Amino acid sequence: MDALDLARWQFGITTVYHFLFVPLTIGLAFVVAGLQTAWVRTGNERWLRLTRFYGELFLINFALGVVTGIVQEFQFGMNWSDYSRYVGDIFGAPLAIEGLLAFFLESTFLGLWIFGWGRLPRRVHLATIWLTAIGTMLSAYFILVANSWMQDPVGYTYNAAAGRAQLTDFLAVLTSPVAIVTFLHTIFAAFLTAGAFVAGVALWRLARGAGEDESVFRTAARVGAVTVLVAAVLVVVSGDQQGKQMTAMQPMKMAAAEALYNTSQPAGLSLFTVGTLDGSRELFSIRVPDILSFLATGSFDGKVEGINQLQAQYAATYGPGDYRPIIPVSYWSFRLMIGTGGLAAIAALWMLWALRRGLRPNRWVVAAGMVLPLLPLAANSFGWILTEMGRQPWIVFGLMQTSSGVSPSTAPWEVLVTLVGFTVLYGALAVVEVGLLVRRIRAGLPAPAETGEESERPIAFAY
Amino acid sequence: MALTDIWFGLIAVLWVGYLVLDGFDFGVGILLPVLGRSEGERRLMLRTIGPVWDGNEVWVLVAGGATFAAFPAWYASLFSGFYLALFLVLVGLILRGVAIEYRNKRPEPTWRTRWDRAVFVGSLLPAILWGVAFANIVAGVPLDAHHDYTGTLLTLLNPFGLLGGLTTLGLFVTHGATFLALKTEGDIRTRANRLAGQTGLVTAVLAVAFLAWTQVQRGDAASLAVSVLAAVAFVGALVANRLGREGWSFIGTAATIALAVVALFAALYPDVLPSTTNAAYSLTTTNAASTDYTLSIMTVVAVVFTPIVLIYQGWTYWVFRKRLSMQLVGDEEPAAHGA
Ligand code: HDD
Ligand code: HEM
Ligand code: HEM
Repeated sequence: MDALDLARWQFGITTVYHFLFVPLTIGLAFVVAGLQTAWVRTGNERWLRLTRFYGELFLINFALGVVTGIVQEFQFGMNWSDYSRYVGDIFGAPLAIEGLLAFFLESTFLGLWIFGWGRLPRRVHLATIWLTAIGTMLSAYFILVANSWMQDPVGYTYNAAAGRAQLTDFLAVLTSPVAIVTFLHTIFAAFLTAGAFVAGVALWRLARGAGEDESVFRTAARVGAVTVLVAAVLVVVSGDQQGKQMTAMQPMKMAAAEALYNTSQPAGLSLFTVGTLDGSRELFSIRVPDILSFLATGSFDGKVEGINQLQAQYAATYGPGDYRPIIPVSYWSFRLMIGTGGLAAIAALWMLWALRRGLRPNRWVVAAGMVLPLLPLAANSFGWILTEMGRQPWIVFGLMQTSSGVSPSTAPWEVLVTLVGFTVLYGALAVVEVGLLVRRIRAGLPAPAETGEESERPIAFAY
Repeated sequence: MALTDIWFGLIAVLWVGYLVLDGFDFGVGILLPVLGRSEGERRLMLRTIGPVWDGNEVWVLVAGGATFAAFPAWYASLFSGFYLALFLVLVGLILRGVAIEYRNKRPEPTWRTRWDRAVFVGSLLPAILWGVAFANIVAGVPLDAHHDYTGTLLTLLNPFGLLGGLTTLGLFVTHGATFLALKTEGDIRTRANRLAGQTGLVTAVLAVAFLAWTQVQRGDAASLAVSVLAAVAFVGALVANRLGREGWSFIGTAATIALAVVALFAALYPDVLPSTTNAAYSLTTTNAASTDYTLSIMTVVAVVFTPIVLIYQGWTYWVFRKRLSMQLVGDEEPAAHGA
């Protein structure tokens, strides 16, 4: 493998890993803030106990989100130096602003939240978790602005003398339709993820016999399941918008995601397609007539371009080359994103129904409790794999190919060292974090007395 | 003043913020096995940085992001060039961050001992390597016509680089000790105070040697003046420490680090990464910079938001201003589960 392949593996592994923690952080920050608000407004102790229970799980997750994020910040320079030189004038700004506006806010106010129990006035303390939550959302917005520019470059000119892209309209970058719809889709997916986590954990506790805390966990399960359902609707609506954006900006991605080899009007939605290995035509396929046209264009007889026609068209525009992403990856990641996310929504619906009928814990309930939080995590990863791998061979769509972005000065063995190093370290950290989460969930809710505000002891008997 | 100069200055400010603030976090982490004689003491030490270390660390993220935005070519050459060194820094920061957050999540002594070691290593690696990196940035590294680094990890570990690493190590340890003396009560406060005096003497020798050598290599009148001020501040810190004036002593070590960083940036200017291969290949504040349009947007953002950040970070330090005593952590084992 050359440095390019290794750098790509490294980016894929470290980023997908970072994004396992990110959506849970974003969603749980708001859920915990909501729980604490309920406590401050009602004074009912069950809300306080839930705040502290889920707050601790949130902190365990947050720690890994932070440390894996540090790698992301430097990785563009380390492995993608030519890319950084080419796009820095545009891409660097949202990254720097993210740090200044979002990371400072998140980290400072989270410190205040953890250590401020009993020291800050109640309402000020409540404000700290809300500010943390707002920080996570700002962070998501700015990084997704950066990423969206790679999907759909706007507000720039190419300076041939300097050999780089230069910013001409920052507002256009901040408000590009791709950025807005990507932000919405990702945030709603984060809420879905957190809802499933809250519900899954509560379900597991219920199945283990929560004893006196049964009713508190029933409440939590309901809060989680409702969050999932509301978020799922919003994810579908925003995802549909994304599909239309994607078809307009990067038709090849949509064609690959549907394994649509030849331009069709109207086009049917693929339920199952098998193509040849060289990716030039389909062997077998089941399609629902007209639906793809509707999803991609908003009209049932819209024209959807096919892989072969686009390949010919791109070769004519950009010069000879292969402009097709890996089609089975695009095709299956699209289906698995929708499938695993949809399964989580169905599970949440079942939960609400079962809770209403006084859910009897059994093996199946335990299994559901364990699997439920994993489904949206999978959906998120597949979503990003679709987005990023479907853009290939471009690193900035239409402007720069991935192969031209890699650092010329790093030797393959050096990239291998860091690739193996990060992967091993991340693997070990995953084991530690899952162990801690399970341990903390097993311990159950903090006893009512332990939640007393007066105790100077910070959350999580930490520190 | 050109926008590129303003941004060179702002990036210096971000590094000052980072090294002054995370500097004492590193010091505390390195001193953990030295000053923390019991479980309670170690917990107390980590409590002093607990609420703030993450916010302190963000300064380096913003410094990195700002370099990317303002001087993309610098960001690209520096981080792809110092590749393995930066990898070790990142491993250190990962270990330290996870260790601080996770060490108290389980009561078993072996669990805690292991994470304490990670805090130590994770603080030691960056404390040395940031110094190595800055020494090499100022002295210059082999860059080709494309501004790509042509050396290896060993190129960076030259005598000047290593002296830079030892200097930052000494400065951070002393800074961490003055911070602990300021933030704690009782026995540990006395010992931190004494230790700061001892490491301070060694560090004074290292720092003077390093700044003098820097001056010989690339200095000008401005960097000389600032280096002298840094030395004066350090002497002041050590005197205050001897007199038991812990607040002044901490201000002194903070000022020393700040002034030393400013001296390095002054010596570096107008280059941002000099090439030892051929001076024409050096990266400068002009040939590494973004366009004026990008820089002016970034300037507005920085001018509006940096003061806000300073206010709320300052407020955090105010909220947690009380000295911590062993009563707070106790030496008892923590309850079986938390909250
Ligand atoms: C949609 C959201 C999103 C996406 C796509 C990314 N991140 Fe992230 N990142 C977050 C959302 C987030 C967050 C929610 O704000 C985190 C997660 C946990 C946390 O502490 O903050 C975070 C943490 C985090 C940190 C640590 C901040 C701290 O110390 O407080 C850094 C430096 C980055 N990220 C940088 C990146 C970069 C360079 C990315 C691009 C490849 C990236 N993140 C993708
Ligand atoms: C956080 C969620 C993200 C995930 C899960 C993700 C996933 C991936 C994956 C799987 C690849 C490998 C693609 C391939 O090699 O074919 C990749 C590549 C890449 N992505 Fe992302 N990405 C994410 C966010 C971002 C963001 C926010 C940016 C930019 C700000 C970005 C920039 C890149 C770059 C520069 C590459 C390397 C070039 C390449 O191999 O494609 N990604 N990403
Ligand atoms: C009917 C349901 C859904 C549709 C129609 C849909 C549509 C899409 C599309 C078209 C993209 C690619 C955008 C691009 O590359 O430009 C995408 C990406 C993504 N999806 Fe979905 N999606 C759905 C469900 C989900 C679910 C349930 C989740 C997670 C819980 C999810 C998470 C993501 C993520 C994280 C990305 C990558 C970031 C982004 O580009 O927004 N999606 N989705």
